[in-house]
Amino acid sequence: MSLQPFTQVSGKAAPMLAANIDTDVIMPKQFLKGIDRAGLDRGLFFDLRFLPDGSLNPEFVLNQPAWQGASFMVVGPNFGCGSSREHAVWGLKQMGIRALIGSSFAGIFYDNCQRNGVLLITLEEAVLQRLGQMVSQPDSAEISVDLESQQIRLSDGQVIPFEIDTLRKTALLLGLDAIGSTLQRREQIKAFEREHLAANPWLG
Amino acid sequence: MTSAKTLYDKHIDAHTVCRLDDQGHVLLYIDRQVINEYTSPQAFSGLREAKRNVWRPETALAVVDHVNPTAPVRIAAMPDAGGARQVSYLAENCRDFGIELLDILDKRQGIEHVIAPEQGFILPGMVIAAGDSHTTTYGALGAFGFGIGTSEIEHLLASQTLVYKRLKSMRVTVNGELATGLTSKDVIMALIGQIGASGATGYAIEFRGSTIDALSVEARMTICNMAVEAGARGAFMAPDEKVFAYLKDKPRAPKGQVWDRAVEKWRTLHTDAGAQFDCEVELDASTLEPMVTWGTSPDQASPIGARVPDPQAVSDLILRQDMRRALNYMGLEAGMPLSEIVISHAFIGSCTNARIEDLRDAASVVRGKHVASHVRAMIVPGSTEVRDQAEAEGLAAIFIDAGFEWRQSGCSMCLAMNDDVLAPGDRCASSTNRNFEGRQGAGARTHLMSPAMVAAAAITGRLTDIRHFGDRA
Repeated sequence: MSLQPFTQVSGKAAPMLAANIDTDVIMPKQFLKGIDRAGLDRGLFFDLRFLPDGSLNPEFVLNQPAWQGASFMVVGPNFGCGSSREHAVWGLKQMGIRALIGSSFAGIFYDNCQRNGVLLITLEEAVLQRLGQMVSQPDSAEISVDLESQQIRLSDGQVIPFEIDTLRKTALLLGLDAIGSTLQRREQIKAFEREHLAANPWLG
Repeated sequence: MTSAKTLYDKHIDAHTVCRLDDQGHVLLYIDRQVINEYTSPQAFSGLREAKRNVWRPETALAVVDHVNPTAPVRIAAMPDAGGARQVSYLAENCRDFGIELLDILDKRQGIEHVIAPEQGFILPGMVIAAGDSHTTTYGALGAFGFGIGTSEIEHLLASQTLVYKRLKSMRVTVNGELATGLTSKDVIMALIGQIGASGATGYAIEFRGSTIDALSVEARMTICNMAVEAGARGAFMAPDEKVFAYLKDKPRAPKGQVWDRAVEKWRTLHTDAGAQFDCEVELDASTLEPMVTWGTSPDQASPIGARVPDPQAVSDLILRQDMRRALNYMGLEAGMPLSEIVISHAFIGSCTNARIEDLRDAASVVRGKHVASHVRAMIVPGSTEVRDQAEAEGLAAIFIDAGFEWRQSGCSMCLAMNDDVLAPGDRCASSTNRNFEGRQGAGARTHLMSPAMVAAAAITGRLTDIRHFGDRA
């Protein structure tokens, strides 16, 4: 399955700067019972977004007019920790989030985002804090992310450069189907496998 | 360039099909995968849509564990339509793609990370990936296990490989003798408290030292299991004679001459002298006290003799805000002794701490005593085999006499995907791995600790120092 390529995206960036936002908080258990990916936008940050009576919580950042319809989130350290549930990323994507900007991300979550075409940008803590302060102001919440040039452009014209591995960048830019790419190495995998199993017969 | 390798290097090098760039990415061959009902459905659907096959179905083992009920009498029916559909779709997928399934009525059913070692499905030197973050458990057997998402499950099913970026290496040396009443759970909780919930993000941890050597294989699994709560994407312990003894005669372990050859190879699975780690951490086990969490992240933990910490005393703004938020959620006041926290529930279960040794430990605490009248206490064995063994050893009778619910196996109230869910405001002493907000039920409060500590809390009705609990039978 090919993904929507990520080239250049502009939109609002919503701040969520608390540390250790885990995937249980991003996508609670009651939304994990499907066999498809449908309806996960409803579950995203469910206990934060909705009040007990089912109405929208006006305090939650994605419910506030300044950040409704955000394309980005600027997040605190260790975002996405905990459970491997990819439902968290599917939910973010269905809510329209194209990239997350933070100082550190949990490993499984990082891979899950990559495999869904959601760009993760890792910045130094001090830079991230400055960006967080900027987008926390409604009139400077608009940013633009250009993956090709590896730059975040802020509303005041400032530019923040970011690093990304070439392999990941290429996959995101082109929206590559990872499985298709790997299966082009079918013969190489088979050759490796023959030797591996011959050397370790208990793995057969 | 030194040729001395870490145990992690040895696993990665032996499983590298090819390098993909000069930034550390390789195509990594995966020996085994374990599949559950809730993270796999979309992966199989992806295969079906693309008309792809499973590369080597015999290297996968599927089990129902997350959504099934754990009521004392086992039945095939699921409590809700979503779970039922996931279970039936898993059965359909396993049948169509030729993957072995341990379904809910199978005598080998249980939590994936309990049954896979139990069945001898995991062996030293293997690389295992599974759609569950606690796949790190397998490091205790000298294997490399790590959690993946659903897209990666599909990739792995289709190609037996993953596009993988090499991690940094951390060595955690744990020396010293654990005091009476302390367990490997206290060791890993103390480590997470020390390095933080992201202290090992980007790393594979290797554990070593006299404390680790002295632990049983099951106790080691608890440490590797929870290494992910410090952010580690893998955890290792060099396999030793205890591991070989644990594996010998397991149903799927190699037999005869192949076993001998395997053990010979497994003895080489250790970090070479002179190998360099990117980070070194030390922990003195002899000074540890029983640990409990007071917050909503596994690193928000303290010795049971301590008091609820005061956010005012923390200078870092983010940390202070997180602590305030955590104490607010947990309904705790700064300065309150942890041992005065009154619980409503006690839960012994999960892939972290529901193996037979955990149940023996807990039973020795509760024998002849009774659960406090305001506490609902549950035992959910890690597997059906663990449950059967505990019944044969008389442990089940001890728990039942003490007022515990003796239940069937599953992930249960560790993540509350089934019908074992706490209500808002409930407070649970739990042998599990995550004290996240809402983890055991929206608005519910979790205190992590060892199984023996949970057992003691169930009896007294509040968090209790196991060292001062009195005689253990």
